[in-house]
Amino acid sequence: ADGPAASELKSLIFLFVAVCGVVFVLVMSVMAWALVRRKNQAPGEPQTERSMGRVVTGAIVMTFLVVSFLTITSFYATNGVDRGRDNLPTITVRGQQWWWQFTYLDADPARTFQTANELHIPVGTDVRLRLEATDVIHSFWVPNLTGKQDLVPGRDNRLTLHASKAGIYRGQCAEFCGLQHSHMALLVIAEEPADYARWLESQRKTAAAPADSDAAAGKLVFMSKPCAACHTIRGTGASGTSGPDLTHVGSRSMIAAGLLENTRGSVAAWIADPQTLKPGNNMPLVPLTGEELRQLSAYMSGLR
Amino acid sequence: MKERVVADLSKLPLHGLGSASLTFWGTSAFMLIEGMGFALAIVVYFYLMSLAPHWPIEAPAPDLLPGTILTLLLLVSIVPNMLVARWAKQRDLRKVRVGLIVMTLLGASPLIPRAFEFRALHIGWDDDAYGSIIWTMLGLHATHIITDLIDTIVLACLMFSKHGDNARRYGDVEDNALYWNFVVLAWLPLYGCIYWVPRL
Amino acid sequence: MTGSGRPPSPADLAAGSEEAEAFLRRTWSTPSGFLAALSTVDHKIIGRRYVATAFVFLILGGVLALVMRIQLAFPETRFISADRYNQIFTVHGSNMMFLFAVPVMEAMAVYLVPLMVGTRNIAFPRLNAFSYWIYLAGGLLLWISLALDTAPDVGWFSYVPLAGPQYGVGKRADLWAQMITFTEVSALAVAVEIVVTVFKLRAPGMSLDRIPVFVWSMLVTAFLVILAMPAIMFASSSLILDRLVGTQFYNPAEGGDVLLWQHLFWFFGHPEVYIIFLPAVGIVSAIISTFTQRPVFGYMPLVLAMIATGILSFGLWVHHMFVAGLPRLGSSFFTASSMAIAIPAGTQIFCWLATLWDGRPVFKTPLLFVIGFLITFVIGGLTGVMVASVPLDSQVHDTYFVVAHFHYVLIGGSVFPLIGAIYYWFPKMTGRMMSERSGRWAFGLIFTGFHLTFFPMHILGLQGMPRRVYTYPPELPWAGLNLFVSLSAFILAGGFLVFFIDALRSFRHGPRAGPNPWNASTLEWAVPSPPPPYNFRHIPVVESREPLWMSDETLAVATGLRLDRRELIVSSVTAGEPEAREASPADSIWPFLAAIATGIMLIGSIFSPWAVVWGAAPVAITLTGWFWPKQTREDES
Ligand code: HEA
Ligand code: HEA
Ligand code: HEC
Ligand code: CUA
Ligand SMILES: [Cu+2]
Repeated sequence: ADGPAASELKSLIFLFVAVCGVVFVLVMSVMAWALVRRKNQAPGEPQTERSMGRVVTGAIVMTFLVVSFLTITSFYATNGVDRGRDNLPTITVRGQQWWWQFTYLDADPARTFQTANELHIPVGTDVRLRLEATDVIHSFWVPNLTGKQDLVPGRDNRLTLHASKAGIYRGQCAEFCGLQHSHMALLVIAEEPADYARWLESQRKTAAAPADSDAAAGKLVFMSKPCAACHTIRGTGASGTSGPDLTHVGSRSMIAAGLLENTRGSVAAWIADPQTLKPGNNMPLVPLTGEELRQLSAYMSGLR
Repeated sequence: MKERVVADLSKLPLHGLGSASLTFWGTSAFMLIEGMGFALAIVVYFYLMSLAPHWPIEAPAPDLLPGTILTLLLLVSIVPNMLVARWAKQRDLRKVRVGLIVMTLLGASPLIPRAFEFRALHIGWDDDAYGSIIWTMLGLHATHIITDLIDTIVLACLMFSKHGDNARRYGDVEDNALYWNFVVLAWLPLYGCIYWVPRL
Repeated sequence: MTGSGRPPSPADLAAGSEEAEAFLRRTWSTPSGFLAALSTVDHKIIGRRYVATAFVFLILGGVLALVMRIQLAFPETRFISADRYNQIFTVHGSNMMFLFAVPVMEAMAVYLVPLMVGTRNIAFPRLNAFSYWIYLAGGLLLWISLALDTAPDVGWFSYVPLAGPQYGVGKRADLWAQMITFTEVSALAVAVEIVVTVFKLRAPGMSLDRIPVFVWSMLVTAFLVILAMPAIMFASSSLILDRLVGTQFYNPAEGGDVLLWQHLFWFFGHPEVYIIFLPAVGIVSAIISTFTQRPVFGYMPLVLAMIATGILSFGLWVHHMFVAGLPRLGSSFFTASSMAIAIPAGTQIFCWLATLWDGRPVFKTPLLFVIGFLITFVIGGLTGVMVASVPLDSQVHDTYFVVAHFHYVLIGGSVFPLIGAIYYWFPKMTGRMMSERSGRWAFGLIFTGFHLTFFPMHILGLQGMPRRVYTYPPELPWAGLNLFVSLSAFILAGGFLVFFIDALRSFRHGPRAGPNPWNASTLEWAVPSPPPPYNFRHIPVVESREPLWMSDETLAVATGLRLDRRELIVSSVTAGEPEAREASPADSIWPFLAAIATGIMLIGSIFSPWAVVWGAAPVAITLTGWFWPKQTREDES
């Protein structure tokens, strides 16, 4: 629990568990006693019936009081968890089958950019997310930062993130969204504001030029194969939109929505056979020679 | 277990009438189920309306003529329907036979304006959600007219057969009349939704 | 009739004539033979079939659970593929809810309610036969589709758009929706029968305040079915329309709405869980009363609590949609209503505890399962109260915490009482006792296996493990607990295995049971075990709430019912005054044929909308055949 929402949630969970635990122990003790106690009276004496009636009524009243207390507590916690309903969202989160697209909005459209599966946020402030989906329902959930919120086609949902400590937080799609729902993870990287600003600037840049001949050849492969029809690499001719934006793919720590560590080897493995690594995902197997694959992965890794 | 006889029920009638008839209760239970279905259709209608920027979403309001004719026909049919029920209670075979023929005709005639109603909607079921829900309402209700019509026809045949003069048949006629009243009454809120709400 | 002249009369029966009783038996019995078995309308035969079928579905669904547990035992296993897994959890959930839990409770009611209210058959016995066949057809549809690897794969609540025309490819979601139609038609039919049986077929003198609690629970359940199931019928039909003929109910681009589905589904789905739970309330009350040898404490509060639960259950559905983005204030209202349901639930628990407190508990297997129920259901109810809190649910929604919650309430709250009920009523249904020794083993294994399996799921949920994942990465801290859970699931399955073996063995070799082996108080124990085809030689006359405990070994009865036709008593709704002698329909093959015709129409409509048109003709014909009078004595009036 590394944000105010999360720590508030944590204490709420503790409170509920404690109250319910006490209720459970009480009920069970009464039951145990009722089962083992010695009975020296015939069942059904009017006297006993009357006193049991009083005890049962008392217990019902107690139940009423306890659930009222829990309802009110929960209501006030709701207000806390859902802070800042109205500030403008700055990041749009779009769930797709089965990866995440993040759009960092800027008043100047030229400075707006997209990235995938890795969400950077500054620590110590509220970050407003706008949640949208175009295919099916997904749910954005980073357990250590805040509760979840669905991304519903045709609906406009909001969520506030707040990390009080820098760090890497894992999140995962929580609403069943089809075949690869299990492999729809994301990382939230919370950084000091200065680091965050630096990251923003680097992401706004167009793609780095290939650093060596392998990478340059890889770029040509990328542009001539179907890759460019699905992926965008800003600053090149590739402007497809059905797959993640790859402009700075080399800078991410995981690929394919948390499936693999981002190394040159795993990128090559992914491109060589995405359908075995993540069966049914929306990137097809593009037939390539070993040479082309090597060049492509060099190019991808260089896109920092 | 040993038995101790405390009552003799042989004097009771061989068949329960009115609220002592099981089919009356069965029919009522099915009316409750279907009434719930109609109510849900209406709720969905207003739910979709509350989401739409304007209503109908993209169509003119339906023409009033066929729907209104149908409504009048249905309302008129209530009168002979009640009469049939009364005659059945009196076990007047001849009148019940005539009444059932009249009710068959009155049950079939609304199907004619109903056929025109679908056209008068000015929208297809697959154009948008508004089209879908009003087609569903109309279709759902048309199914009820048709089922009750078939029921009436089968009953009419029965009443002309040797099985006719039997307290059970008269009970069936009464239940059938009850069900027809339900079909008519269920139509009125649907009529309001389909034809008048878009005009508000 | 016979050579000796006049047929036996009611007076002969009252005088104890064996010939008269044999005559009555012949009137009511189902002849042997295949066709007769398809034609029977005896509620006991149909009820037993229903129970047995539902338990077969429990075994099948349980085996699927074991397959899922093997897949989840280790991270990144490839025991089954993602597609298989998705089909399996969908079929597991749909099967358990629609083919096991709801039908099995109805089945118990079909068997027991007519006996408990002192009549000779259920109201609308042919509809009852029809409902069984329709149910069987729906179950076969789902399981055959799984065998063909084209089972639904969108979860037991089939959220759109995943289940809609664009993303739900093939016929999978249609199969799901049509399976729903089958089971709902059968559930609605049974509900109507139960309501009318309870309202109109009660024995003379059984006024509303003398109805056994079990019968009350089934009455309230039947009303919940009647009011809730139309919502899922509407939902599944509109889903099929969207998929088949292009309506736009759930398409946001054309004015439809994705959340409309969730509202409709849960408006049914929440009452559904009480449709599963309330019969258990009736079962528990019956068992506790018998095994403490005193009337259950607080008859009125118990009945009122069930009615209150029934009413409240229609005001809770949004608690399944707390993270869908509905307005927070509205959601908080549903927190309050969800928590409020703890009050009737608590009332029930407290009344049972009071009964145990005052009575002398006899620790036979049925009572053991009830004690297991009390422990487990209270935990499950309390986690229900936790997830009813909006902020708390925003953390644990769609995680294994919720999976734990609902298995606690479903298995602890319903299956435990159900197994207890089988031990309790088995002697009545089969005439033989089950083994007390196996019963204790079954209870021990099921109870421990259950808690070892499902308790850790709470922790997994709090550790962030989402539900409906076919695998998970090894670097997360979930692997150890998952392995533990999977191993424990086999202990649980072992317990079920002991139970099933005991049931099968006792069915053939169990010691004979007398009419009332537990010294219970309700009317079903007044007749021999198993009951004769006519249930009661004479319709009983009820003079108190515990008829078998009051009368000094005799049963007050009424004579005068004809022996030459199936006849029973119609009585008034509140006081139970006899109003008429009514005929009960004879056996008939038409319900079976009508079910086949309906099945063909419904399955055909998965493939073409026109099936509804051409398929309607056979349905109309079979229904006419069903209702057309056959000039039997039953038609006299
Ligand atoms: C038999 C079935 C059954 C029963 C009885 C219940 C009972 C309850 N359920 Fe449960 N529920 C399900 C079956 C059931 N549920 C299923 C199947 C799902 C998941 C569906 C899916 O997503 O697949 C679900 C999901 C579910 C959710 C949604 C969670 C989510 O998806 O995030 C919620 C939220 O509010 C909830 C709440 C409750 C509550 C408040 C009760 C209450 O009725 C509990 C009341 C009982 C008690 C509280 C215990 C006894 C009382 C006392 C001992 C008195 C003292 C108590 C206090 C002082 C608190 N349930
Ligand atoms: C009454 C309902 C019911 C019952 C009884 C069960 C029983 C069990 N369930 Fe079920 N479960 C649901 C209702 C139920 N479940 C629902 C509604 C869902 C949600 C589905 C969805 O998300 O869409 C779900 C989901 C669900 C999941 C989550 C899947 C996921 O989200 O990915 C898991 C995981 O462990 C699970 C496990 C189990 C286990 C181990 C049992 C065990 O109790 C099973 C015990 C084993 C047996 C009963 C078999 C015993 C029999 C034999 C061994 C053979 C003997 C044969 C003879 C000789 C006769 N269930
Ligand atoms: C038909 C569309 C399509 C084509 C063609 C395609 N991709 Fe993809 N690509 C995708 C999709 C969709 C994903 C996201 C998959 C997922 O995680 O579920 C993806 C993911 C990736 C990723 C991981 C990105 C990340 O941030 O996790 C890389 C790298 C990649 N593709 C490279 C390539 C290369 C190289 C080619 C050409 C050989 C290519 N793609 C061809 C659609 C496509
Ligand atoms: Cu996206 Cu699950
Ligand atoms: Cu619920």
